[in-house]
Amino acid sequence: MILVWLIVILLAAGALAWIVARWSAIGARWISLIATTVCLALSLNLWHRYSGEVRLLSNGAWFLEVNFAWIPQLGIHFHLAMDGLSLLMLVLTFLLGIMSVLTSWHEIDHAVGFFHLNLMWILAGIAGVFLAVDLFLFYFAWELMLVPMYFLIAVWGHERRIYAAVKFFLFTQACGLLMLISILALYFAHHSVTGVYSFEYSDLLGTALAPRTAFLIMLGFFIGFAVKLPMFPLHPWLPDAHTEAPTAGSVILAGLLLKTGAYGLLRFVVPLFPGASHEFAPVAMTLATIGIIYGAVMAFAQTDLKRLVAYTSVSHLGFVLLGIYAWNDLALQGALISMICHGISTGSLFMLVGQLQERTHTRDMDRLGGLWTTIPRMSGVAMFFAMGSMGLPGLGDFVGEFLVLLGTYRAGYIGLTVAATIGVLFSTLYALRFIQRAYHGPNTNSWSIPDLQGREWLIYVPMMAILLWLGVYPQPVFRTFQPAMQNLQHYASQRIEASRR
Amino acid sequence: MTFSSADLTALLPLIVISATAIVVMLVTAVRRSHAAAALITLAGLAVAFVRLWPAASLVPRQVPPLLVIDSYALFYIGLILAAAFVVVILSYGYFARQKEHPEELYILLLVAVLGAMVLVASAHFVSFLLGLELLSIALYALNAYLRERTLPLEAGIKYLILAAASAAFLLFGMALIYAELGTMEFSRIATLVSSGAEVSRPILLAGVALLITGFGFKLALVPFHLWTPDIYEGAPAPVTAFVATVSKGAMFALLLRYFYSTAMARRYEPIFAILVILAVASMIAGNVLALMQNNVKRILAYSSIAHMGYVLVAFLASGSMGAQAVTFYLVAYFITTLGAFGVVTVLSPSDRDADQLDDYRGLFWKRPVLGSIFTLMLLSLAGIPATAGFFAKFYIVAAGASAAIWGLIILLVLTSVVGLYYYLRVVVAVFSAPIEKPVGLNPSLQLASGAVLGVLGVLLVWLGVYPSYILGVVSTAVKSLTP
Repeated sequence: MILVWLIVILLAAGALAWIVARWSAIGARWISLIATTVCLALSLNLWHRYSGEVRLLSNGAWFLEVNFAWIPQLGIHFHLAMDGLSLLMLVLTFLLGIMSVLTSWHEIDHAVGFFHLNLMWILAGIAGVFLAVDLFLFYFAWELMLVPMYFLIAVWGHERRIYAAVKFFLFTQACGLLMLISILALYFAHHSVTGVYSFEYSDLLGTALAPRTAFLIMLGFFIGFAVKLPMFPLHPWLPDAHTEAPTAGSVILAGLLLKTGAYGLLRFVVPLFPGASHEFAPVAMTLATIGIIYGAVMAFAQTDLKRLVAYTSVSHLGFVLLGIYAWNDLALQGALISMICHGISTGSLFMLVGQLQERTHTRDMDRLGGLWTTIPRMSGVAMFFAMGSMGLPGLGDFVGEFLVLLGTYRAGYIGLTVAATIGVLFSTLYALRFIQRAYHGPNTNSWSIPDLQGREWLIYVPMMAILLWLGVYPQPVFRTFQPAMQNLQHYASQRIEASRR
Repeated sequence: MTFSSADLTALLPLIVISATAIVVMLVTAVRRSHAAAALITLAGLAVAFVRLWPAASLVPRQVPPLLVIDSYALFYIGLILAAAFVVVILSYGYFARQKEHPEELYILLLVAVLGAMVLVASAHFVSFLLGLELLSIALYALNAYLRERTLPLEAGIKYLILAAASAAFLLFGMALIYAELGTMEFSRIATLVSSGAEVSRPILLAGVALLITGFGFKLALVPFHLWTPDIYEGAPAPVTAFVATVSKGAMFALLLRYFYSTAMARRYEPIFAILVILAVASMIAGNVLALMQNNVKRILAYSSIAHMGYVLVAFLASGSMGAQAVTFYLVAYFITTLGAFGVVTVLSPSDRDADQLDDYRGLFWKRPVLGSIFTLMLLSLAGIPATAGFFAKFYIVAAGASAAIWGLIILLVLTSVVGLYYYLRVVVAVFSAPIEKPVGLNPSLQLASGAVLGVLGVLLVWLGVYPSYILGVVSTAVKSLTP
């Protein structure tokens, strides 16, 4: 039941914040903060409780589950379940949820209640995505998180917010519907084999499909997730949406929404269609590598700070995609750590840029410069996360990228490994350019702005600590992920054997 | 043939509505009172609705040879009565602000409701035509009810000419089928067609094609859609809501019954092909043309064309899943359309309808509840989760997938993304910063209209989140359709 509570708390807090904000904006902020903190505490407690547990490969693969009949006529269940992967993603969700509430404390000054309603409901939708193991429920949550995100961008965004919001919505909705068709195709294909109508993940895992059908259905799922990820040719919505969104929106977009795409690939695409995925892996990995280099080069070319950070996401998520399709232990662990660390470092960079904009009213690197002497603490923090983003050893991103590269190499894709490593080089360029242009050099506009304050320290200290922790001792995360990863690999290998027989 | 008391019970909903129309007329003749006319109408609708349950215990009951009261007919009658109930409440607030005498409106509405009820219960070409004409003739007058304004008059005339022409097509189609098969009863047509009796295929097909023309006009399928934007724009907002829901819903129910009971679409490939073309053209043209509109009523008009195209896809999926998908979609569409036009209605001032996009600018910030309901309705039309429109669209895609008509459902998905764009345009307006100067919208909200809109909003979310119950009702309702 605790899984349901996690979602209900957020939904209720959103509604409550909307009502309370009629009288007190501060009240709405506190409600959201408390709700996300409670959810984080609950999920950390779950982590503590289940971290050491190794589940056997059977139906008991989940730590926790809730299952109600929802629309029995169609075999749809309200089925939430949690394993190590979902758990880690949930912890990240609530952590970034707290940060986005904190970061919008002063930034959002109109329609505060409605803002928090949307914020909380996005988080609830994301939590639903990470927990749903009924494909209908998954799709429901997947689509549901888009609407509040749309409002977040369209109402509180920057100059071209409407354009960005509509573009975001159309891209994701189109690909979501493509995924819906694939879900239904799988549902009916499963019915024609077994005679049972079910959207259940565990039921559908065993579906024997003709290779061609499997490939087409897989492609539908893949495109749906690849848009969210975003994979190289499907990314055009991302720079606009990230740039125009308010800070909290950018944090959630980069930190969490992109992760739902990666999560979908990990949880659904490869285990459900192992044969087709195996066949498709070279294509996906090539696109991933192109994305790594393309994102880094584009980031290097930006002068708008938010756009710069946005393009780094394309690059980082390329590593995640590469790792997922290499599909060995090292690469998967690397992909997971990359997902978490990208959420933390990119989320932090967006918040830093947001606070810089709040103070200077510009995001243009050409107008900034020489800030280090005025705001040394903020600049130092920015330096820290930029180093993380470029993959400095000792910080979490390094671990992730290194493992992905190692895993890709082991999987036999030597050319791609080399190309992706060159991508890392480009990331050094954009990160250093970012620091140099914005914080070093002469203070031409004679900026004189306040440095980090109490609330802002509250955001960055934990984020830095986590990034450092994951950089030097990522073992607890791996340990939690281990059984989930083995299950996923087990499902995938089982199916390959079945189709060979 | 004797008329038993069971027949009376089965037909009582129809009889109650006829009687109510007469009572309203007599009361109005004695003393004009808007409130009395509206209340009597509401009471009549409510009584007829309640009488559905006694009738349901007798189904299926053929009242030979014209009408059949089965669970399917009763379900649609219930839907029509409920929609009419909403329209009457909305009309009361709307017409109280107009200069015209409003009392006759309710008589016309009741006659139109009666026509729609006859349509969904008809099992014979004669009752089909009877119901259709009752509905159409009442609608001519309803469209032009505000005769001091030019747009309603134009709408009324346009509807009159085109509806009369389409009725002629229908009649000719019926005549051809009758000439070939010698019967006007749906069930006899089914037996003759399936027994492989000696029929001339071209004449029969021509007859069915003409019938489809008539259907296409009423449902506003492309290329028979040209009247729709003008009628939607011109007719008073509550009447538009009525045309969009009751008239189209009843017609679709009949289409479904006719083609399911005669199995013609499956038997004759050209007919299937014609329907596919209509569906494709409606989905594309409806969604694309809506992109270019700045008038909310016209946007909703073009969107309704697209929606009828979607429903046609479910219809083409055939089988019991197709019938369920059509019926569920129509329920969702009724709720959504009534809600959307309900908001237009309550915002309309006394001299015009609130149909400009600018009228809705900042609505959410000025009037949060109305703005939220309108947004919900638009999101439901766009098929976003947690609204009835989402599950309805999902069900259509599921029905299409089960029948493996992949081309149509992929087109449905693509065109509905186009559709999303213009719904978002309206949503953007609703959420944009409010315009400072007042735009002359109706500021007050009647309690009854507000309550109705609230109920529609709740229903919308309920159907979107927990469709199980309605799905059960729908599947029993269409059982009598698919043997």
